[in-house]
Amino acid sequence: MLRLPAQVYTQMVAHCLSGLPDEACGLLGGDLAAGAVATCYPTRNLAASAKLYTVDPKQHLQADRDAEAKGMAIIGVFHSHTHTDAYPSATDVAQAPDPDWHYVLVSLRDTHPMVRSYRIMGERIDEEPVIVEPAP
Amino acid sequence: MPVEVRLPTVLRPHAGGQSTVSANGATIGEVLNDLVTNYPGMAGQVLTEDGTLHRFVNVYVDDDDVRYLEQLDTKVPDGATVSILPAVAGGCGR
Repeated sequence: MLRLPAQVYTQMVAHCLSGLPDEACGLLGGDLAAGAVATCYPTRNLAASAKLYTVDPKQHLQADRDAEAKGMAIIGVFHSHTHTDAYPSATDVAQAPDPDWHYVLVSLRDTHPMVRSYRIMGERIDEEPVIVEPAP
Repeated sequence: MPVEVRLPTVLRPHAGGQSTVSANGATIGEVLNDLVTNYPGMAGQVLTEDGTLHRFVNVYVDDDDVRYLEQLDTKVPDGATVSILPAVAGGCGR
């Protein structure tokens, strides 16, 4: 299960929309054991492509340090699919860096953005529920 | 002179769960080889079989990505922090 504060959900989807026509990406900071996201770190897509994304390594380092300073960790990554389902592609699976991470897909194919989250272990893909929590 | 090496979550199980470890070396190549010697479970995840930097990781000396410096020959000054992070990429691919 992945818990997303409403603010993070909105920030993530807005970043994906602003990246069109290319894919957009970013990192999620929070509590890995609880699957709870606290902070969204939008990043540049260095691939600048509608088919591929690469998180800017320099922004990844900054996000990692910020998360650590706040007692959190980077617990996942989000990216958009501009014209396909919110489901991990073969490219996503082959390059998934950490089996403990949460992999969030934002599909912009249809009128309304579709957000789904997955765990990826080797070639195994398991969808997990996404709970969007209202602001306190 | 030992330097501090920050590990990504995916490598921490190979270091007893530690997020930061010490390693010795004057260059990134020496530091990473010392790291793999001390924590053999990381072999193949940081360096390739032919001893080059694995393409699925990014390594930094303080704020600088070593791929834009001298790669494994990049000097590691006293007191520097080495950070290892996974390269994060993917995409719909079509």
